[in-house]
Amino acid sequence: MKDFPFLSILTLLPLVGAAVVAFLPRSNGGLAKIVALVWSLAVLALSIGMWVAFQVDGDRFQFRESYQWIPTWDARFTFAADGIALVMLVLIAVLVPLVILASWHDVDESQRSVPTYFALLLALECTMIGVFAAADVFLFYVFFEVMLVPMYFIIGSYGGQRRQYAAVKFFLYSLVGGLFMLAAVVGLWVVGGHTFDWGNLKEASAAFETNTARWLFLGFFIAFAVKAPFFPFHTWLPDAGGAAPAPAAALLVGVLDKVGTFGILRYCLPLFPEAARWFAPAALVLGLIGIIYAALLAVGQNDLKRLVSYTSIAHFGFIGIGIFAFTTQAGTGSVLYMVNHGLATGLLFLVVGMFVARRGSALVSDFGGAGKLVPVLAGVLFFAGLASLALPGTAPFISEFLVLIGTFTTHKVYAVIATAGIILAAAYVLWMVQRTTQGTLNPALEEVPEMRRDMSWREKAVVAPLVLLLLLLGFYPKPVTDVINPAVEATMLDVGSTDPAPTAVANGKVAP
Amino acid sequence: MGELKLPDIDYAALAPMLILFGAACVGVLFEAMVPKNRRHGVQLGLALVSLVAALAVVIWVRDKRLVTIGGAIAVDGPTLFLQGSILLLGIVSLLLIGERSIEAGGAFVSQAAITVGSQKDLRQAGGQPGATEVYPLTVFALGGMLLFVAANDLLTMFVALEVFSLPLYLLCALARRRRLLSQEAALKYFLLGSYASAFFLFGVALIYGFSGAVDLASIHAAAADPTRSEILLFGGLALVAIGLLFKSAAAPFHVWTPDVYQGAPTPITALMAACTKVAAFGALLRVLYVAFDGVRWDFQPVLGVIAILTMLIGAVLAVTQTDMKRLLAYSSIANAGYLLVGVLALNKDGLSSTMFYLVAYGFSVLAAFGIVSLVRDAEGEATHLSRWAGLGRKSPVFAGVFSFILLAFAGIPLTSGFTSKFAVFGAAIEGGQTWLVIVGVITSMLLAFPYLRVIVMMWLSEPGETTPAVSIPGFLTAAALAIGVIATFALGVVPAPLLDLTNDAAQFVR
Repeated sequence: MKDFPFLSILTLLPLVGAAVVAFLPRSNGGLAKIVALVWSLAVLALSIGMWVAFQVDGDRFQFRESYQWIPTWDARFTFAADGIALVMLVLIAVLVPLVILASWHDVDESQRSVPTYFALLLALECTMIGVFAAADVFLFYVFFEVMLVPMYFIIGSYGGQRRQYAAVKFFLYSLVGGLFMLAAVVGLWVVGGHTFDWGNLKEASAAFETNTARWLFLGFFIAFAVKAPFFPFHTWLPDAGGAAPAPAAALLVGVLDKVGTFGILRYCLPLFPEAARWFAPAALVLGLIGIIYAALLAVGQNDLKRLVSYTSIAHFGFIGIGIFAFTTQAGTGSVLYMVNHGLATGLLFLVVGMFVARRGSALVSDFGGAGKLVPVLAGVLFFAGLASLALPGTAPFISEFLVLIGTFTTHKVYAVIATAGIILAAAYVLWMVQRTTQGTLNPALEEVPEMRRDMSWREKAVVAPLVLLLLLLGFYPKPVTDVINPAVEATMLDVGSTDPAPTAVANGKVAP
Repeated sequence: MGELKLPDIDYAALAPMLILFGAACVGVLFEAMVPKNRRHGVQLGLALVSLVAALAVVIWVRDKRLVTIGGAIAVDGPTLFLQGSILLLGIVSLLLIGERSIEAGGAFVSQAAITVGSQKDLRQAGGQPGATEVYPLTVFALGGMLLFVAANDLLTMFVALEVFSLPLYLLCALARRRRLLSQEAALKYFLLGSYASAFFLFGVALIYGFSGAVDLASIHAAAADPTRSEILLFGGLALVAIGLLFKSAAAPFHVWTPDVYQGAPTPITALMAACTKVAAFGALLRVLYVAFDGVRWDFQPVLGVIAILTMLIGAVLAVTQTDMKRLLAYSSIANAGYLLVGVLALNKDGLSSTMFYLVAYGFSVLAAFGIVSLVRDAEGEATHLSRWAGLGRKSPVFAGVFSFILLAFAGIPLTSGFTSKFAVFGAAIEGGQTWLVIVGVITSMLLAFPYLRVIVMMWLSEPGETTPAVSIPGFLTAAALAIGVIATFALGVVPAPLLDLTNDAAQFVR
């Protein structure tokens, strides 16, 4: 199993599926949905096979494949996955079928082509897998940019109000970030000895001049900070998340944005360790501002989808702090957070989407007491909210806890301030749940016949796997932490962090 | 009086140019002899056959590296590569020029010198078959371009400049629709082009005064070991560069571009955007790399400023355009800036990446203008941007193709636009010109906006009542479009063969 070309097949499979679905007749939307769903399930099966084949105590990068592409520049199709990439790949494979299932009726009534929508989703899956699987900087950049195109059309063609504005804003922000990275990629190629191979560049990186490395680091960091999004590059996300169809928004914040934090872990830290340490104080401050600022804005939102988008910006602040605290614990927490946030916010977006589809409006003030009409759906929303605010017992709790104690060992003040974000999280989630599902029934709701229909079997099938995973990983995160731990340790070693406390505690002794 | 010695002539090396000039002359004879109703087919066939034959010869003599006919012409890697590119792009533009099924009588009028609005003019706008002189004129222009990129002395270069410019001036005046605009464009192009030629010639005179010769090798030698005032050298270089930068549409010599691109018949605009750019940059590369290599530190900063200006002006003004052809014109100005970034790398990578960029851009821009020629209503082409709103709903295939081309212009990966930008930026950083790359990156961001706006208009706006339908392309336009789009995609996904070719070709003879 070890030599099976998992990653190239995993990347290509959704692309083939997208081509198949795109060429189905426009009138036959039903067939397109089924083909897309089955196809994404096949991708999921393959990714599970890869998970099984991954050796936890094996090499840092596994499933390595390398094919000739542009010899003049030494750009190759090199795929390889470490633990961090592996969990993200499986997260994509889990989310996409659910998203397809959740968007089952979303585009039926619009005049747009149904097969095209599902083809775009599969094409997006291909680029997302590619970006996490690439171990060649050029290939990574290609996927990073191409990823924008299907998402742009999903938002722009199938989104809600202000979709054009949101789509263009999304595209331009990401493109601007991407072009900074392009300059850095070209520069890296020149100073790194005319190669794009991650391993070779890593070796060459030891000899980089300090200033060169810092500039290159910034080029990469800006691109990833826009993508993630970190404060102050975040303003596109509420617009994009608010305008995109809810299932696509789940994919956007659940996976697409993780490319930013993943890129920081894969490229910024190992290739430019000195620059990363130099920049860490600024990154930590940006993370803190993101946590507090976005949480405050989330409290004030009246639009459900924008509210969830803002919560996600706050969560990315946590992830950022965990990365730049430079301890294995915080790093593991961050990567775990990337997975858990994908599950929790993905679920939240999907449930909110179900509410919005029923009510025909995303405004919190248009709801009120909805729990009386659709108790099951309201219950799931409550659960998703609790998971999102990291209640103990749900998966995000463990990751947030790891981030905070990991950060506390090196940056006490930052950890204390970040903790305030948890309180704000409770505020925005509980307040949202209260205003939409609790209290007296909004009479306008009763007049919407759709609002009387509780969850269908299809919708239950969408949320059930996510709820189960959130609970499972909340009580037993070991399968995931085992996979990501070695990769995070290696990354922290690259950046030269010396963990003070955790190793001592692990040996059963009290830290001196 | 010694014995008169004729220079050695390598006819095989000259054959591509001889074929084109010969074919153009035969074309003129055909104008006089072939019956009117059959002229179009015959002329188009002759032009295509001559271009294909010339291309075949270029491929056949691909290993030649020599200076022939008394040092007037250098046949080397860049010459042959650029000649091949000009011929290839010329064939595709000829397909666009030859199209007659979209519009009755084609895109050209039969007589340019008829008063606009007169009875005669209305009659010829109605559907009289257009002039067939366009084919010999186009072939003359392409022949001149082949000579331009091969010229090894500045006088030959001047002759070539005139040979390819004069037919273009005429061709610009022949648009069937919007006659006044077309005539104005031709006049503007002619007047400004004449100035540019005059500058060029004056520059040649100054350089002759400096080095006592006009061939590039002697100038190189004289610059290395100056015996006269270097003011002559730099003055001459500046004036020659003005001539060349004018043809490349670099700022501040770009002002003709939007007007001429807008007014000229669309197939001719495509020809100018693709082939003239190759020729102009080919000559610029040769002059800078062969003759003035020794004084590179002196001209690099000046041309660097021009490159920055070109990129900025092209990108910023493209944002404000409301006419598709003008938008593409400003985009072509910005692209001239990116090409200059490649030129200014002043190393082997700079040469090869610029050549790659020229070919990649040529194919994309041909496809773009091919699409523009298809979006039309009763009045002719609908080039105002507002008319393109909702095109994606009405003609998804064409809107899709055009979006793809625009994404290529914006430099999104998996298109040739990305690989070529990557190549020139890489070469420039290698050559120590990081400042140019930074400006290049910033202007690319600006430039993405107008492209994106067009995509948004086509796909995300509702079609208005005035949204024209896309004409079904005839075979010729369809072929040109297909070639352009396939090349744009192929050079983005598998650029390796062409990159290798440009690398192998990137060596001038002196």
